[in-house]
Amino acid sequence: MRSSSFFHRRRRKFSSPQGRNQNLHRALRILSVVSPKLMENKGVLMTCPMSSYLEEQLQKRFRLLKLWDSQMKADFLKQNSQLISAVVGNTVLGADSELIDSLPNLEIVSSYSVGLDKIDLVKCKERGIRVTNTPDVLTDDVADLAIGLALATLRKISVADGFLRNGLWKNSDFGLTTKFSGKSVGIIGLGRIGSAIAKRAKAFGCPIGYHSRSRKPNANYKYYSSVIDLAANCQILVVACALTDETRHIVNREVIDALGPKGILINIGRGPHVDEPELVSALVEGRLGGAGLDVYENEPEIPEKLFQLQNVVLLSHVGSDTVETCKAMADLVLANLEAHFLGKPLLTPVV
Amino acid sequence: MPTKREDASTHPLASTIKLVFHCLPQTASSKKMDSNSIGVLMTCPMSPPYLEQELDRRYRLLRFWKFPQKTELLKPHSQEIRAVVGNATIGANAELIDALPKLEIVSSYSVGLDKIDLAKCKDRGIKVTYTPDLITDDAADLGIALILAVLRKIRGCDLFVRRGPVWKNGDFQLTSKFTGKSVGIIGLGRIGTAIAKRAEAFDCPISYYSRSEKADTNYKYYPSVIDLASNCQILVVTCSLTPETRHIINREVIDALGPKGVLINIGRGPHVDEAELVSALVEGRLGGAGLDVFENEPEAPEELFGLDNVVLLPHVGSGTIETRTAMADLVLGNLEAHFLNKPLLTPVV
Repeated sequence: MRSSSFFHRRRRKFSSPQGRNQNLHRALRILSVVSPKLMENKGVLMTCPMSSYLEEQLQKRFRLLKLWDSQMKADFLKQNSQLISAVVGNTVLGADSELIDSLPNLEIVSSYSVGLDKIDLVKCKERGIRVTNTPDVLTDDVADLAIGLALATLRKISVADGFLRNGLWKNSDFGLTTKFSGKSVGIIGLGRIGSAIAKRAKAFGCPIGYHSRSRKPNANYKYYSSVIDLAANCQILVVACALTDETRHIVNREVIDALGPKGILINIGRGPHVDEPELVSALVEGRLGGAGLDVYENEPEIPEKLFQLQNVVLLSHVGSDTVETCKAMADLVLANLEAHFLGKPLLTPVV
Repeated sequence: MPTKREDASTHPLASTIKLVFHCLPQTASSKKMDSNSIGVLMTCPMSPPYLEQELDRRYRLLRFWKFPQKTELLKPHSQEIRAVVGNATIGANAELIDALPKLEIVSSYSVGLDKIDLAKCKDRGIKVTYTPDLITDDAADLGIALILAVLRKIRGCDLFVRRGPVWKNGDFQLTSKFTGKSVGIIGLGRIGTAIAKRAEAFDCPISYYSRSEKADTNYKYYPSVIDLASNCQILVVTCSLTPETRHIINREVIDALGPKGVLINIGRGPHVDEAELVSALVEGRLGGAGLDVFENEPEAPEELFGLDNVVLLPHVGSGTIETRTAMADLVLGNLEAHFLNKPLLTPVV
């Protein structure tokens, strides 16, 4: 067993964002060397396909049960409920009240996500069930995507590429688009992801404003106590907060109107953050300048009216879907499970 | 408004009138009256229409593209033309300059000068102005936009969604992270520096190649493009086009960048040996490319059209309404300064 001072020395050395990830990876390597066979009989329920790498690793180390293997989910759970000590869920299918109730021996929910809106945290707390997620490792990818969406929307990257590939450049120039650098960016939620977005946008000379439940004392950015004020005072509004009952439809008709016909909405949070019918009609009617969306209210359905618009960019919830980050997220899920079953401190506990 | 070259008025109040006129808001009719005898040749249509409209308002504007036979324009009008407004597509080559004996200034609606025969202008004492700095941000933004679009396959995913209306979550392929990847920049001028500043915010280690090492930067210098390409994951071309930098990206550089490397070209098409680039991409010897420029615009290699690891743009580097309007104002400001015998705003040194 390594001594705690070993971890302490290593942690001090790696204090940068890359360093934090390296720290996690080192922990993983160490943990996984220790008695993997102890965990072979621990039943882990995976709720849906999310990562073939994660599935392989779970299969190797635990007794993996896949909820999607069976058409009759209720029966499947009934038959296997006693075996299941852990659930691995994600943003599509987490661990709701019904699932938790059906698993009497559930000890831990290790979510392959940073978002926790699909987990009944209250119930977990009551039952003493631990919950972990995958913060930090996906911060960069999601922040990168927010900037990628803003650039793609304003500079019409996809439309221009299509213009060229369809042979239209031979007959005319592509039209003018609108500049990104220097536009004011308003961020709803200045957590890890919001701060990472702000850091990137600043390098483009964008003045940054934000709204959050309370002012952040360490942030040099302008605080707005209401989302409407923020929207009225920025040209690019980015949704980057957690989804809770309070933040549902945080971007509503009034906020969209305040953002206005030259404003752009970027949503890398959750679909329900935005009143989608209002958003669609604002875009179709030209009351909103454009939107870059990675999430929707009823995924995987997307309002078809958006498909004809050239001032929107539509992605399929790929915020953290890079090879590098998916592996890092999977490793963190595994490390949290192993830490739990070995009686060690969880790496990224929520509850 | 009289200039030094024209006969100054002998009216006793001439200087007062001049001062008052200068202070009055210039009306369309007064401007036209003063300078509508100055012939300005615009080489091709340029967007937005603002520039053409203003040139037409202020000067006697001749539109080169309206004359399919160029001699039709040049023969009758060559004595009138004192200024040429060109751009990155059609500038002022030796033939055109030779055909315009009264040419005094070429005011380019671009920062690139490769379409202007600078040597000939120098010989003839013809002034040349351009629009530096204004496009720096747009070009740098586009460099980053291309990187993100290539690595994260933004267009591919958008098309995947629009094929819809329902996608199964997770079905689009995994892509590649940008943050933290090493970025190599060829040419650390205004645009190269602006790209470096942005990429640093994504925690990308920055390195560069340039004709000589820059004393005032912290970035790692490589004395050869091949060394730079071997030591970075994303290679960005952003130097000016000269005989030395033609095909600066050749087979060896592409091989050094490798099957996981990405090439971004926001310089000029001839910076890259396009045939080599195409075969490297088609054969998988290069990981991906984001291209805003091509060797034979508006032609682009059709072999690339079926690839999802490339982003192809129709030379939109500075194509934003804000920047083009500012560029137009700079072209107009330079012309005005010249004809008023004031110092040029942005002369080419």
